[in-house]
Formats: sequence, structure tokens, C-alpha cells
Amino acid sequence: MRSLSQNLSLTFRRASLLFDHKHLLAIESLSEGNIRTILDTAESFLEISTRDVKKVPTLRGKTVVNLFFEPSTRTRSSFEMAAKRLSADIVNFNKFFSSVVKGETLKDTVLNLEAMQSDAIIIRHACPGAPHYVSTFCRSHVINAGDGAHEHPTQALLDAFTIRQQKKNITGLKVLIVGDILHSRVARSNIFLLNKLGAKIVCVGPPALLPEGFKRLGVELDYNLDRAIQDADVIMMLRIQSERQQKNFFPSIREYRNIYGLTQKRYHRAKKNAIIMHPGPINRGVEISSDLANSTKSVILKQVENGIAVRMAILYLLLGGKEREITD
Amino acid sequence: MEEKIKAKVMDARRIKRALHRMVTEIIEYNRDLNSLVVVGIRTRGIYLGKRVSKMIKELENVKIPTGVLDITLYRDDFSELEAQHMVKKTEIDFSVGDKEILLVDDVLFTGRTIRAAMDSLFDLGRPKSIQLLVLIDRGHRELPIRADYVGKFLPTSKREIVQVHLEEIDETDEVLITEPVVDI
Repeated sequence: MRSLSQNLSLTFRRASLLFDHKHLLAIESLSEGNIRTILDTAESFLEISTRDVKKVPTLRGKTVVNLFFEPSTRTRSSFEMAAKRLSADIVNFNKFFSSVVKGETLKDTVLNLEAMQSDAIIIRHACPGAPHYVSTFCRSHVINAGDGAHEHPTQALLDAFTIRQQKKNITGLKVLIVGDILHSRVARSNIFLLNKLGAKIVCVGPPALLPEGFKRLGVELDYNLDRAIQDADVIMMLRIQSERQQKNFFPSIREYRNIYGLTQKRYHRAKKNAIIMHPGPINRGVEISSDLANSTKSVILKQVENGIAVRMAILYLLLGGKEREITD
Repeated sequence: MEEKIKAKVMDARRIKRALHRMVTEIIEYNRDLNSLVVVGIRTRGIYLGKRVSKMIKELENVKIPTGVLDITLYRDDFSELEAQHMVKKTEIDFSVGDKEILLVDDVLFTGRTIRAAMDSLFDLGRPKSIQLLVLIDRGHRELPIRADYVGKFLPTSKREIVQVHLEEIDETDEVLITEPVVDI
């Protein structure tokens, strides 16, 4: 015997969760269905940014904190615009103007911001696992905006969104990820995601930046770009991360450019209409020639544009609706 | 949740007749059909909107721009909802500025959907006017909103559910009154 209201709430609960996670910490822990939900939702948000009034009232009254312990142009401003276009309030935290310079710990920083009633915390940190750690003691929704060389889930989602937009379907595409795979959180997140959606992934780079262990993630490794680029549908170039390279992983930038830089000549070996992607910031003339980065084959600025819609979708799916009991 | 069908209040012929009458009223009321645009509210308002545009085209040979509005992001009960709604696309590829908008929905109930739709339209531009067409007005308004064109007034109790089925997605044209079955 159940009352009507109980009956109703039961039916609702079954259908209630489009996205059954409290936090967005890593692609690795998402299901294929989760990923498709995010990408499909982002489709609907794309149009809002093209309006005269680029704003909807959905997250009015919610407070989002941008907690960035590492520099960022795209991700931070993209999250800020995404939150603002959903009418949430956003607070930008800058490590250099904060009490972190006085020695305040990560945990204390988060707890203090939470005491100000934040609803979501977007965190970028040099330590892998920092967002996960924060989520263990945090009431707010935690979104990973890049943690060391571990993961950068929103970048992978916007990359997948862009590939789907350009190529319709991801399954069966040959995707090349070229460059500093070892230090790249973008590469890791993309590998997890594109694998779940059925792409064929080939990682290319100098041996010192391309450990054998990556094979276990279900990708092919190749040290020869000229060979690997044949039949590629998508060429994803990564930035040489000089800030994470105290040791010398390759002899010189010039040599790297000659062997692994994407040039017109190399591009022509790929499949016709292959798209060129880059998570930014670009080192022009190093991993990609400047004219190719500006060419019509490059979707680099599309990635940036799509990033806002994808982040709006994530904020909507995590913060929208009634606060629910979910544990990750 | 199980539902019991209590009555079938409209069939395909009646729906067609009601739409026909309303379209005639629209043509009579709007002397300049060139500034009229139709916006259907997801989901069943889309198909009713398309039918209305098509009928106007047949009668007056004027092509009426027709769009789709998704109001999920404008709901006022957003933070109360247990269920999360999939956001679908708003597809209005014409300017609404200075246009006479005919908003189309299947059932007018509390009026909250229409409030959300109007807010949404105003974010897209400044329409000259907004008129409302609904197939069913079932009463129980919670806001000062009324429809300009009504297919059928249907007095209901709050417990009852009015279901509009349209051929485009439900295979058949009909309007049903149902009631949830509660096992006590």
C-alpha cells in the first residue's frame, strides 16, 4: 500500500537522473551513456551563445567558484562564461592574490570558500588527484579542470563534441594524438573517452615522451609521424609542455619540429578533409606550422567555441534540479 | 504509474475541425499575415504549430515562418524538480523582433509553461505582440494568462491528466482524460 505521492515520487526517481554523478572528476569513471548525455545536452546549449541576449535563467542563485592553482586562459574563462550564461554567480580565485601564498592549505582554502555557500567548485591543480581529494570532504559539486598529468575531462568532452560535429560519428575514426603524451592530461582524458566511443587511437611522439605502458590503455603507439598519419581522420596536436620538462626529453626544439611538427607536407598524407585539433595554447612553428593552424582544416577555434556549450551542459547536469543524494 | 482512461474527448475529425476554426480566426484577426510567425512549444506544440502554418498557407498562400521553443531552461520550478529534464534545442531561425508571434501549445493548465515561453521569447528579441493558441484549455490557472484561440474548453479536476496524442509522434490524433490508478 502506497500513497499517491509516494507512487509519484517513485516514478520520478527512476527517471530523475540524466547524469548519475555528483562530481566530474575523470573521464575514466564515466560510462558511455554519461558521455553521450553530456554531448547531447551540449548540442542544445550551443545556440544560446549565438543569441543577442546570451543568457538563460536556469542556474540563478547558484554560486560557482573557479579555483585555479595553475595558469589558464581558455578553461578558466570558458567556465566563467558558461556559468554566467546560465545566470550562476561565479567567483574567480587566483592563487597569487590569495592566502595560499601565506601558507593556507588546499583543504582550508576549500572549506573557507564552502563556508561562503558555494554550490560548485571548479578546480585546477598541479597535483594529480587534487580534485578527487577535495571531493572527499566537500559538500559542493567538484569539477576537475585539469589535475597535473592525470586528467582534463572537460577538454576531452569538448574535443569529442567537436569531432562529432565535424565527422558526425566517432566510432571507427582514426584519431592521432601527437606530441608530449607522457605529460599530457588532455591525452589521457581523450584516450579514455575516444576508446569508450569506439575510435581507433594512435599515439605518436618521441620515445621518451611515449612510454610503452600507454598500450595498456588500449592505444597503438608509433614513433614515426609520417607513417602514422596515413588514413588519419583526426589529428590532435599537443603542446610541448616546457613547464613540466626539467629533464631533456628530446635533443632540441628544432629536431622535434622536424620529426613531429605538423606541416602542410605531412598533413597531405592524412585522409582528405582530416581535421586538425589542438587544446591550446599553441607553440606556433613548433608542434604545428602557423599556416596550418590558421587554415580551414584547423578546428582549433571551434574547439574553444564548443567548450562553452560543453561546460554549460556539465554545470546544468550537476547543478540543475533538486539537490539529490548521490555519492560517487 | 498506471493510468485509467476516463474519456476520449476529441478524435482526429474534431481536432481537425477545431484547428480549422482557429486558423480562420487567426486569419480574420491578423490583417497583415506577413508579420506573423508561429512558435510551437516542445513537444506537441511543434506539430500543432506546423499544422497551423500549413493550413494558413493553404487558405491564404502566405508562408509563415515556424519555429520550435524548448522552455526547460526557463522553468520556475527548476530547483524543486526531482526529475531532471533533458534540454532540447530551441530552433528559431528567424528574428522575433517586431513580429506578431503566435505561440502554440497542446494544453493550457497552470499557465507556468506559457510564462516561461514568454520569458524565453523576450530573450530572443522584442516581439510586437504574442498571441496564444492551445488545443485544450483545462482550467486551474495559477497565473493571469489566457489563450486567444482555444480548441476546446475542458473542465477537469486537478487529479486528472489530459493527454493529447498527435499522429506525428503518437500514431493517432486524439485527446484523452486519464487518471492515475492508486492501489490502496
